[in-house]
Amino acid sequence: MVETAAATASNNGVREARRSPAAHLAGTFEAASLAGVAEIKEIPFQTMAGIRVQRDSDAGARIAQVAGGLPATCGEVVERDGVSVLWLGPAEFLVIAPENAHESLGGDLLPALTEALGDGQGQVVDLSANRTVFELSGTRARDVLEKGCSLDLHPRSFKAGTALSTEIGHIPAILWKSGEDTFQVLPRASFADFLGRWLVDGMREFASPEVP
Amino acid sequence: MLLISCPNCGPRDETEFHYGGQAHVAYPEDPYALNDREWAEYLFYRDNTKGAYAERWVHSTGCRQWFNMLRDTVSYEIQAVYPMGTPAPGGSAPGTTANTAQAPEGASK
Ligand SMILES: [Zn+2]
Repeated sequence: MVETAAATASNNGVREARRSPAAHLAGTFEAASLAGVAEIKEIPFQTMAGIRVQRDSDAGARIAQVAGGLPATCGEVVERDGVSVLWLGPAEFLVIAPENAHESLGGDLLPALTEALGDGQGQVVDLSANRTVFELSGTRARDVLEKGCSLDLHPRSFKAGTALSTEIGHIPAILWKSGEDTFQVLPRASFADFLGRWLVDGMREFASPEVP
Repeated sequence: MLLISCPNCGPRDETEFHYGGQAHVAYPEDPYALNDREWAEYLFYRDNTKGAYAERWVHSTGCRQWFNMLRDTVSYEIQAVYPMGTPAPGGSAPGTTANTAQAPEGASK
């Protein structure tokens, strides 16, 4: 599948034609980052599918087979083979997969999920262009987020491998702690510019030379 | 700032929620039978309680689910959080008596 995807991607021009919601901030992100302390980059074009289905229904079980599972509680993330499923609500989930899982690049994730839903109650919607991903990492990443997020982000409460819907800098976003010092921030595309600049602003004090 | 315990997500800041007004206001069984005054009262007239008040809240930036809450309008103390479509605990709060057990159709969506 990967070979097919690579071949399709280089042939059909889709990859080259895409422009991500924060593409214009790439230089700003790079300039604002200080390795290991506070770094930010955009991970664009992830394949995302919005799923609404009851976990305990037949359709839910079929979708779980394709997606690798459906998380049961708030914050839980199920991961299998590079595909992650985030809990958004009791019957609402977000599937996140690499770019080449999308059918425009030769993947088959969405058709497979749609087929799994079948005529069961629920929906599978392609949300790949709905959100972008900012990866904020470094020892001060949590301090940056704490400037504008009301969640308790202390490691004793917010553990690596969990994801929560919340507000960051007054922007509705999903906050996914993918590693001890690594956060994936998922704003909707139209908020990417604002939130990107907001995070850069929050990073400034940590990524600047110390004043003696 | 209230700290509200969402039944799905646990305690979160009030800013993540939106208020949905008085709970247990039943949709009229036959809206066409109502005159203008009764319809207006259904749409716009709510209790103005001093004390325990049953109200609807939605966790807008979290799980996006509706739930009911019994809150003291004087002390702001949250006395109970309970699912849509179930009567208020105690049953004595305004808007919780008689034909009011059902939330409006679609309120739990
Ligand atoms: Zn919630």
